[in-house]
Amino acid sequence: MKESKDIIEIKNLNKWYGDFHVLKDINLTVKRGEIIVICGPSGSGKSTLIRCINRLEEFQEGQILVDGIELMDDVKKIKAIREEVAMVFQHFNLFPHLTILDNLTLAPIWVKKMPRKEANAMAMKYLERVNIAEQANKYPNQLSGGQQQRVAIARSLCKNPKIMLFDEPTSALDPEMVAEVLDVMIELAREDKTMVCVTHEMGFAKKVADRIIFMDAGQIVEENTPENFFKNPESDRLKLFLEQILSH
Amino acid sequence: MAIFQKVEARTAPNSTKGFVHWIKYNLFSTPLNAALTLLGIAILFWVIPPFIKWAYINADFKGTTREDCNSGGACWVFVRMKIDMFMYGFYPSAERWRVNTIYGLFFILMGSFKFLKNPWVKVILMHVYFIAGFILVRGDMFGLTYVPTDKWGGLMLTILVAAVGIVSAFPLGVILAMGRQSKLPIIKSVSVTYIEFIRGVPLITILFMSSIILPLFFPEGVTFDKLLRALIGIALFEAAYIAENIRGGLQSIPKGQYEAADAIGFSYWQKMFLIILPQALKVAIPNLVGVSIALFQDTTLVLIIGLFDLLAMVRLSAADSYWLGYETEGYVFVTFIFWFFCYSMSNFSQKLEKRFNTNLR
Repeated sequence: MKESKDIIEIKNLNKWYGDFHVLKDINLTVKRGEIIVICGPSGSGKSTLIRCINRLEEFQEGQILVDGIELMDDVKKIKAIREEVAMVFQHFNLFPHLTILDNLTLAPIWVKKMPRKEANAMAMKYLERVNIAEQANKYPNQLSGGQQQRVAIARSLCKNPKIMLFDEPTSALDPEMVAEVLDVMIELAREDKTMVCVTHEMGFAKKVADRIIFMDAGQIVEENTPENFFKNPESDRLKLFLEQILSH
Repeated sequence: MAIFQKVEARTAPNSTKGFVHWIKYNLFSTPLNAALTLLGIAILFWVIPPFIKWAYINADFKGTTREDCNSGGACWVFVRMKIDMFMYGFYPSAERWRVNTIYGLFFILMGSFKFLKNPWVKVILMHVYFIAGFILVRGDMFGLTYVPTDKWGGLMLTILVAAVGIVSAFPLGVILAMGRQSKLPIIKSVSVTYIEFIRGVPLITILFMSSIILPLFFPEGVTFDKLLRALIGIALFEAAYIAENIRGGLQSIPKGQYEAADAIGFSYWQKMFLIILPQALKVAIPNLVGVSIALFQDTTLVLIIGLFDLLAMVRLSAADSYWLGYETEGYVFVTFIFWFFCYSMSNFSQKLEKRFNTNLR
């Protein structure tokens, strides 16, 4: 099979929570190696959208293709997609009963059936990349928020995923710790991994994004290059949003 | 420019520490507390010295007959003479080394757990221990004489019923707890019905059912060991309570843990056994030990279906016409034994909690 250029294709996606229409006719394609930043006011459906991509949320209408696999109710297909897609959460969601090293090696050992020695070596390599190798034998609750989030990033890298999803990775952090996490993310962006980030860090978006997507009330309002996004926003809604977040 | 300078910590003032301070603030902080303290001391004074006098100072320890008990205090001779009955029931005295071997093996097993890392090896060893223990006590194999279960009794039976009850109820309890949380309607409703049915019925009823009603359903000629029936009844009963405690633990696990496990690509079973259950069980430890302690005490109920546990053995011995009138000593002894086991379990639970605590802030 020929690898298509688009790694994520979302067509006419609609989702409801009961009567509440969260996602309205979303159409989005992400190319291989592209870095997408999604921003927008809270409640606009941006987290829900990326959580649909690895099926943490179900949707009622539309189609999502991840690396050519169509997301359906089929458990095997969901598993196949989850092996390709890693996610970093707002609240880290490290496993508190396991050491940092075990947090990282769990997926390679149990999902990819990698021998423990090999998994340990790989985990240490990624921990070194996020500058936290010396904490390998501690438990998550002994680390600061920024350190935990870097561990979470290393944990998702251990799956060697084709796509990385970031769900507001810096929103739960103290201001002093945001930088250390962003540094790691910028570092990652230099490689050719596909990244989809929901974030309010506009500096980060400006620096690394190939495209910025602005969502409001469950719709994609504007899709633009970073340059045009900040300098020549097309829609009035985005202008208002930028005014509010950049005025301080 | 002002520079921040670190100030050294001073020691706490004398009025907030020391013995006098402790007494003042813990025992006599208000007039009501002072009164309660004095009342408490009075009650202790009223109860403890007479008990010590009865149980120790005026007690008889030596001798072998009723006539040796003449000091007016407790007659511990009675307990000493009957101790084998209390410990082993009617188990033949020549074969009692078999029971003692199992006690010894238990300590060796526990000791070996300290050095073994792999949890699966531990689980397998534990099963081997239970099977070997059963064969050893029952006999009829490897040249050991057969000792039927109606000869088993005393503390040995109490421990056996409690241990087998808890160990076999545990896996069923885990499955029921998971079933109750399941999204599949049939599994969920079966689990809920089972748990709610069992919790609505007293243990005595279950024991009666297992010993009297159950045999009616078997074809004629099929007999089923009475002890085994009681054990099955107790295990099925305890499973419902264990399930509810584990459910409490499961509900305390944040949604993010499930999502992180899903996002990693785990299957349902991997998610439950690697991520969710280890954390849920840790939360449930105090309650699970509570259930174990309650069961240890509830084993005394097997008396009503004709099994002679520790308490039943003491009652039986006190009814011995030669030793008539010494049941108090027997019950005090039983109280002490039960207290010892329950307190040990409670202590063990605190150690477990400390060991599994990974919130090391």
